Amino acid sequence: MMVRIITALIALIMTATLSVTLAQAQQGPLRIEITEGVIEPLPFATPSFVPENGESAEMGAQLASVVAADLQGTGLFRQIPSSAFISTVSDFGAPVQYADWKAINAQALVIGAVSVAGNNLTVKFRLYDIFSGAELGSGLQFQGTVEGWRRMAHKVADAVYSRITGESGYFDSRVVFVSETGPKIDRKKRLAVMDYDGAGVKYLTDSSSLVLAPRFSPTGDRVLYTSYETGFPRIYVLDVGNVKRRVLESAQGSMSFAPRFAPNGQTVVFSQATGSNTDIYTMDVPSGRATRLTSAPSIETAPSFSPDGNNIVFESDRSGTQQLYIMSAGGGEPKRISFGQGRYGTPVWSPRGDLIAFTKQSKGRFHIGVMRVDGSEERLLTASFLDEGPTWSPNGRVIMFHRETQGAAGRSSLYSVDITGRNLRPVRTPEGGSDPSWSPLQK
Amino acid sequence: MKLTTKMVLLVAALSTAACTNPNRFGAGSFTDAFDPNASVSTNAGIVAGSASDPTSTAYFQQAVGDRVLFDVDQSSLTTSGRATLDGQATWLLTNFDYTAIVEGHADEQGTREYNIALGNRRADAARSYLLSKGVPSSRLQIVSYGKERPIEVCSEEACYSKNRRAVTVLAGGLTG
Repeated sequence: MMVRIITALIALIMTATLSVTLAQAQQGPLRIEITEGVIEPLPFATPSFVPENGESAEMGAQLASVVAADLQGTGLFRQIPSSAFISTVSDFGAPVQYADWKAINAQALVIGAVSVAGNNLTVKFRLYDIFSGAELGSGLQFQGTVEGWRRMAHKVADAVYSRITGESGYFDSRVVFVSETGPKIDRKKRLAVMDYDGAGVKYLTDSSSLVLAPRFSPTGDRVLYTSYETGFPRIYVLDVGNVKRRVLESAQGSMSFAPRFAPNGQTVVFSQATGSNTDIYTMDVPSGRATRLTSAPSIETAPSFSPDGNNIVFESDRSGTQQLYIMSAGGGEPKRISFGQGRYGTPVWSPRGDLIAFTKQSKGRFHIGVMRVDGSEERLLTASFLDEGPTWSPNGRVIMFHRETQGAAGRSSLYSVDITGRNLRPVRTPEGGSDPSWSPLQK
Repeated sequence: MKLTTKMVLLVAALSTAACTNPNRFGAGSFTDAFDPNASVSTNAGIVAGSASDPTSTAYFQQAVGDRVLFDVDQSSLTTSGRATLDGQATWLLTNFDYTAIVEGHADEQGTREYNIALGNRRADAARSYLLSKGVPSSRLQIVSYGKERPIEVCSEEACYSKNRRAVTVLAGGLTG
């Protein structure tokens, strides 16, 4: 039976790549309905993790609640409330009462256990396919610190997601972003980092200088960003661990911005404005050696590497309006890929390599959208007064972006949306947020 | 804080800190407010008086006009923009103690990076015009804030048109 869940979920995920192979041919209780963007999420149960010593009692409930929030947040799963449970789970090793879970229509069951020894936390879990009456995969155990308990819950949820969908997860990841306070006319911005779900916010800079568009390194240990701390935009690289930063070299009399790492973590691609012209450059970070990749009189900016490091997608107004182009990582003649109505900016290559996410402006509205690398199959996922700045989840299935509301009281907040266009959700942050950048999965 | 307000505060602070020749600059009514983030504070030495003093920063801002506006998505100077810059050039050539930073800005209808590049084009258009009128390049720098520093926030064209601007900010000079 779990095979059918998997099949249905894979079919669901396939729609994400627009191979709309619906699960309609399947019949029976485990069928996931996918009709015109409406899906029936998979019901699952996550009882409180069993405390294996006295100190871990409260932790058991917290872990289960984070696992449940991760899964439910995907829009692919629906949590069954504990008030509906017939069975109680008080022993991690006890046989599962499949009939009790089947009776409340749970299709997946996550059983966990937790023990605390000093500052060490051990979490283990098992995943069960209720309708086939069997465990899916084998039990896993994670060890970490008590403070790191949320990460361990995310790791459990990643494993569950991965086993059921066949995709890698994205819950044990972080997001670096710009935290914003104050009205539009006097906006204060500072860099912050948090878990993907908005928990554990830490500030990386103060708001004494304007800071923009932080971008994680491929290993998640460093962040590139633009700061006006000298009075002019310059690119900085910041170590997330010790919060030390340094400026990347840039030519006198010019402005540098829009940096991103190459997949090798050593090359940075960015824009530099000299005179009236803005072009794209790469820099080898260790040597500080820069290479100019474009030399058109038009604006070339917002570059993003392909995951194999061979190509760069960027925006240019050489045709008269902002459009998307791809060129080889060493420069050379670019190929235009966007041809729809409106203007296209901020392209970001997906970590799977198959899609480009972008910001589109058309008829006075802003959209987040995706298209294939050859420009085909454009799909707009959102629409509002101002949606901007997509970033990909580590598995390439979810996009986070920011949305600014209109007028003097306008505020910027983070949102996420599936690449199917479903499951648009706010990502709660203590202050306003913009310019999110999603880290890879943590090790 | 509006840019103009910020400039007045900055000027006030500098005049409090470094006013050596109050007769020349007249009596302004300033507060002691100081913005520690103002980028020109290392070049303290400007003092400023009221707008009636033709050598003052206030006169430059109000009588000469410190900004030019641009059409949607454009960085070419309008006729009235050129007239304003003619006045700025004349003033800068007379008041040769001052250097300036031309700040380019965009309205919020655009993506962040593109607007930085567009604001840069606008600042450079104004700077290039001033250079063509004889202002030495050593006295003029440019910077772009993109859409980060709106002065009007109504999300309508009435406000956007004021945000699409290049502002010549007097940034230093010698007292005399």
